[in-house]
Amino acid sequence: MTLLAERPAIVGEPREPEHEHGPTGILKWLTSTDHKVIGKSYLITSFVFFCIAGLMAVVMRTQLASPDSTLVSQHLYNELFTMHGSLMLYLFAGPFAFGGLANYIVPLQVGAPDMAFPRLNALSYWLYLSGGITMMGGFLVVGGAADFGWVAYAPLSNAVNSAGAGPDMWIVALVLTGFSAIFTGVNIVTTVFYLRAPGMTMFRVPIFTWNMVVTAILILIAFPVLTAALVMLWADRHLGTHIYTVSGGGVPVLWQNLFWFFGHPEVYILALPYFGIVTDVLPVFSRKPLFGYRGMVFATISIGALSTAVWAHHMFTTGVVLLPFFSLMSYLIAVPTGIKFFNWIGTMWRGSLKFDTPMLFAVGFLIVFLFGGVTGIFLASPPIDFATHDTYFVVAHFHEVLFGSAVFAGFAGIYYWYPKITGRMMNERLGKASFWFMFIGFWITFMPQYLLGLHGMPRRIAEYSSASGWTSLNRVSTFGAYLLFFSVAIMCVNFWQSWRRPVPAGSNPWDAGTLEWATTSPPPHHNFYSIPPIRSERPVWDANHPEHKALPSHAERAAKRRLIARPEVDLLGESELHL
Amino acid sequence: MRTLRSRTAARSPGGSRKPSSALRRIGLFVLLGLGAVVLGGCQAPTFGAFRGATVQGHDEFKLWFGTVVAGLVVAAFVWALIFWTIIRYRRRNESIPRQFHEHTAVEIIYTVLPLLIVLVLFYFTVVTENEEDAISHPSEIVNVLAYQWGWKFTYENSAGVKQGVTIQTSAEPKLLAQPAISSQYPQMVLPVGVETEIVLTSHDVIHGFYIPAFNYSRYALPGVVNTLPLTPNVIGVYPAQCTQFCGLYHSEMLFSVRVESQANFERWLTAQQIAQSASGVGA
Repeated sequence: MTLLAERPAIVGEPREPEHEHGPTGILKWLTSTDHKVIGKSYLITSFVFFCIAGLMAVVMRTQLASPDSTLVSQHLYNELFTMHGSLMLYLFAGPFAFGGLANYIVPLQVGAPDMAFPRLNALSYWLYLSGGITMMGGFLVVGGAADFGWVAYAPLSNAVNSAGAGPDMWIVALVLTGFSAIFTGVNIVTTVFYLRAPGMTMFRVPIFTWNMVVTAILILIAFPVLTAALVMLWADRHLGTHIYTVSGGGVPVLWQNLFWFFGHPEVYILALPYFGIVTDVLPVFSRKPLFGYRGMVFATISIGALSTAVWAHHMFTTGVVLLPFFSLMSYLIAVPTGIKFFNWIGTMWRGSLKFDTPMLFAVGFLIVFLFGGVTGIFLASPPIDFATHDTYFVVAHFHEVLFGSAVFAGFAGIYYWYPKITGRMMNERLGKASFWFMFIGFWITFMPQYLLGLHGMPRRIAEYSSASGWTSLNRVSTFGAYLLFFSVAIMCVNFWQSWRRPVPAGSNPWDAGTLEWATTSPPPHHNFYSIPPIRSERPVWDANHPEHKALPSHAERAAKRRLIARPEVDLLGESELHL
Repeated sequence: MRTLRSRTAARSPGGSRKPSSALRRIGLFVLLGLGAVVLGGCQAPTFGAFRGATVQGHDEFKLWFGTVVAGLVVAAFVWALIFWTIIRYRRRNESIPRQFHEHTAVEIIYTVLPLLIVLVLFYFTVVTENEEDAISHPSEIVNVLAYQWGWKFTYENSAGVKQGVTIQTSAEPKLLAQPAISSQYPQMVLPVGVETEIVLTSHDVIHGFYIPAFNYSRYALPGVVNTLPLTPNVIGVYPAQCTQFCGLYHSEMLFSVRVESQANFERWLTAQQIAQSASGVGA
């Protein structure tokens, strides 16, 4: 922890943290180990993958808008949905929040000058970029990209059923991005545990950072399993092993067990960071502290713990898993998720709510995620899963939760931290237009898909007969997808406008309370000129609104009573408050 | 949930009591309406799902109905809270609200209540699941073999003796999916009112054996034999299709199920036995 020597002073004369004399421009981008540069690289790269995957979705929705459609061939369609899922899950939703936002924001929120291991951090990004390029490169080789679905079920993914270099490149890409995620996980855990500023106790760490810690631990549990499973898949394909093939005594379901042992924690690896964004945004635009901070922390930890024991709910219809156990565990996840919901509502309750774009997206997240969450409770029941498994009902469910978190909450994060990252505001009017297109487009796209699933439409089909009766619902869904496309297009216009006609943001445009708003926008090379005293999870709010500090909690009131009785025991360090 | 609402209202000194009693009245209407729907039995809305043309599928439908009602009530309650909050507490002036951030009683209530709800749902899930998977005395056994890209149904009697009837996909994969009931796709015929045991496996990759109108699906796994009971109780023809992605022509792996009266089923079986033994197909 050599970085400790460089930590800024807490009080007293501002020190000059801008002592970078490194290269500029493209060379800076290539060689930097600054968490802010790496974070920005992650954000931009993953947003590009998001746009590519979104365009794939638009092509697929266009294909499905009419029966017997021949816009794309079956083979290309199979590649498209495989790559759409792979890009969205492996290269966008995770890396955007965990590689991008966490990288940029977590050191700022805990008052650290950088990540604990800056070079490892740079390695993470370059592994991620190499993985992404490798995966996309599948489209350029003979036989095309991987076409076995983003879950790559064995034995469809073996060398006989999916020959060619595309699937191999997909496997290599996942190993690379998997290592990138593992390294970032190590970095975030270490940074939060060792590089917090003085006064920043674990129960004063903002929930966004808390969620990133739990996410990092989940990554450290889940990704090594995926990597091992992928290596075995590679061995089956090229080294003549029979781990997942029946013919040599292997077990195809083993792949599903290993994959989902990664895959379900992965769902929460994709969700928890976005819950964190919403948890940071709601108090700021409600002008209130977070309701039930400790409940939120324990809810996050229990979601993380439960998520390692629910993987087989993806395998209810295999007939080879213990249904009641995995059903109960899946049901139980509703409880901490419910706690989060009521905490979010409690935060807004009797607050003073201002609907700037980040808040709009955050509240939009609450509204849309709730429905996806409720249909998730349906699917925790094996009999209901039997009726809907692998149909569009499931497609609608997981798009509602993943789109709800990664896009609604993700965009809330973009609009919220964009001023911090660039020093510029985004246009509110365009932001709001983008929100309303997205909110309306969301319901029009995914609600018909629930009905399609209940009417028996399987997922991953490139075509259907007009006799199936699915045409009109598919048309509606496709129309909604176009609205979503426009929403993202408006957002891109917004980026362009803020780039061409900058509106300076100042260090704290939202009157926010967490530590990243204590420094300039964008922050200097080692982040802080000075750090305000940290006596709650909102040090900047406490400094800006000394007369509106959070009401003392039960624990603090009890401690105060003890303090009055025995003044020599200064349990909370109350005397420091008058620094 | 009610307790939570009124407690919070009671705590606000300036807060009017009106919304609370209005909410109570709405809750009463909702309960009355649900009661009427539940007592109405078969007339209950399906929420888009099939009622289930088998005994097992109808059991699933009942669980589905109860779960959806519970889910929608919870969702409506939480949505109501969200919408109330964002309308009522919209920023009207620049004053800073009271900085409260905890309420132990409320927090305990919204931890315990969801726990109770999911435990009740879990109880009904286990009951339904045990009913649905129980194989009692099948009068007929159909061996289902899934392969890229088709289905093969082989009939056996309850003693496990082959009856010389095999129905199989005849068509090569085309470029466009035909209706599931078209003659290119195989049709599995089942007798109504009695239990048929499906013995399911796969020849190559994983396939999904799914009959939407029966509210039932199960993977056809290579190297694993899954058994499941089907007791159809509505005569008719039902389209069906592979649901687990299985390669290039996954979209064209269709079949259909025809449920016949027991007499018609026996007649069909005999006719098939004669025809197939003549042509040597069913051997």
